[in-house]
Amino acid sequence: MNIKNIRADFPILAQSIQERPLIYFDNAATSQKPQVVIDAITHYYTHLNSNVHRGAHTLAERATIAFERTRETARAFINAASVQEVIFVKGTTEGINLVAQSFGTHSIEQGDEILISEMEHHSNIVPWQILAERKGAILKVIPVSDEGELDMEAFDKLLTEKCKMLAIVHVSNALGTHNPVKQMIQKAHAVGAKVLVDGAQSSPHFEIDVQDLDCDFYTFSAHKVYGPTGIGILYGKKEILDELPPYMGGGEMIKEVTFAKTSYNELPYKFEAGTPNIGDAVAFHHAMEYVNQIGKKNIATHEEELLRYGTEKLSNIEGLTIIGRAKEKASVISFIVKGVHHYDIGMLLDSKGIAVRTGHHCTQPLMSRFGIDGTVRASFAVYNEKEEIDMFAKELAQTIDMLR
Amino acid sequence: MSQSIKNVQDEIIEDFEFLESKSDKYNYIIELGKKLEGVEEVHKIDKNIIKGCQSKVWLVTEKQSNTIHYRADSDSILVRGLISLLIRILSGHTPEEVLKSELYFAEKIGLAQLLSMNRSNGLNAMIKQMKMFALAYQAQENATQKV
Repeated sequence: MNIKNIRADFPILAQSIQERPLIYFDNAATSQKPQVVIDAITHYYTHLNSNVHRGAHTLAERATIAFERTRETARAFINAASVQEVIFVKGTTEGINLVAQSFGTHSIEQGDEILISEMEHHSNIVPWQILAERKGAILKVIPVSDEGELDMEAFDKLLTEKCKMLAIVHVSNALGTHNPVKQMIQKAHAVGAKVLVDGAQSSPHFEIDVQDLDCDFYTFSAHKVYGPTGIGILYGKKEILDELPPYMGGGEMIKEVTFAKTSYNELPYKFEAGTPNIGDAVAFHHAMEYVNQIGKKNIATHEEELLRYGTEKLSNIEGLTIIGRAKEKASVISFIVKGVHHYDIGMLLDSKGIAVRTGHHCTQPLMSRFGIDGTVRASFAVYNEKEEIDMFAKELAQTIDMLR
Repeated sequence: MSQSIKNVQDEIIEDFEFLESKSDKYNYIIELGKKLEGVEEVHKIDKNIIKGCQSKVWLVTEKQSNTIHYRADSDSILVRGLISLLIRILSGHTPEEVLKSELYFAEKIGLAQLLSMNRSNGLNAMIKQMKMFALAYQAQENATQKV
């Protein structure tokens, strides 16, 4: 795998920011897009644009074929059993909200328990809080250790027969922790709970096999997997999705509408009311193909090396503490620096052309657990290089000196 | 009589003209931040926090005879630098003067390029809050005059 060649596929990386070559280390927020994805969007609007599943004309047919091809690519990308289990959503947040709404309405009763963890993104907290409030259900939280790992003993105790849903992040966006979801899913199923896996941060880095995980729902966003924003996937087991009521009403999701009663379309269309984000969905196919060509294994190996190298480099900086030292981690390094505010670091790094994320990363409960109000986060993707980490570590050390 | 709000802004703009590189400008703001007197711990409470800033900013005011005196603090040193500039501009003026004032210095010294837009929004939130205090003092004065 030649990183220089990969970098050449991403036009944005050739850019200068603040008169310095861009070092993009905010990949956990969103990854950059290869030229094939950018071209696919232009190609779609230049040659294919039409509404899907409707018109009896050539363009509508072509748009539908391209749109449905992405569904098949996504199915294979996560190894779902059938395309009926692959629902287009706006992104991970909508995926979770869809399940919280639809599964929540159907299967959550007063006094039922919903189990999440202390390291969840707000997107995997708030929808369950809303549901718990609506249904009189109880939200329980798996604690996180000082190393940033889930407390599995506590998990065993919190998981009871009352639990109807375990909603768990696969890889933490703030810490990088790679959670043992397969084992957790087995345990949850043993007490009769269903499991939703928030795959926003795992899908870009690791091979995903929803059948092997045996999760009931898995959701992820295209834009973190080198694809466009505004499109994502919700996977759900067919036998569960068949039982669930629709999430939104409108076009596409119906079979027949009369004022007396509407019958719903079959899967996956039942959950796809309204004209979808066709152009971005079509382009998403090319993002997944791009990842497949490089190979998830190769990506993971490269990123693992970046993580190891970055962790070593940053550990040498005096006063710097890495938040999240789990044994199993994705390529995310979150840190704080004694006596220096994370925003100041982010701002000064930006002036050197280095893009990192600062703040609470939409995980305020997790930040409270560590007694901090935010971190600086550097997150790596396939196109990042060790030379960039060298430059980052050097500039970071200088920045810290300036601020102290 | 203190210098007018306009004069102080012009002075700041001139100061920044002497700072050639971006790094000089950052260093200057950081120095201002380090020198800022700040507020005592007792004032670092939620009531005094300015909403809309990404880092924590606490603002307290005091009225001496007819002028407002601002003191503020932040956990970010760059924000402390910004606060220092704002206090230099607005402190020691009457509520009317503060309310009438037009703050153009930030644009002239290119703060938006130096600090991200988020931070600029934070700056606007700080200015707004400083003016709110001026408005409150003015309302108080008017009420007292009526009595």
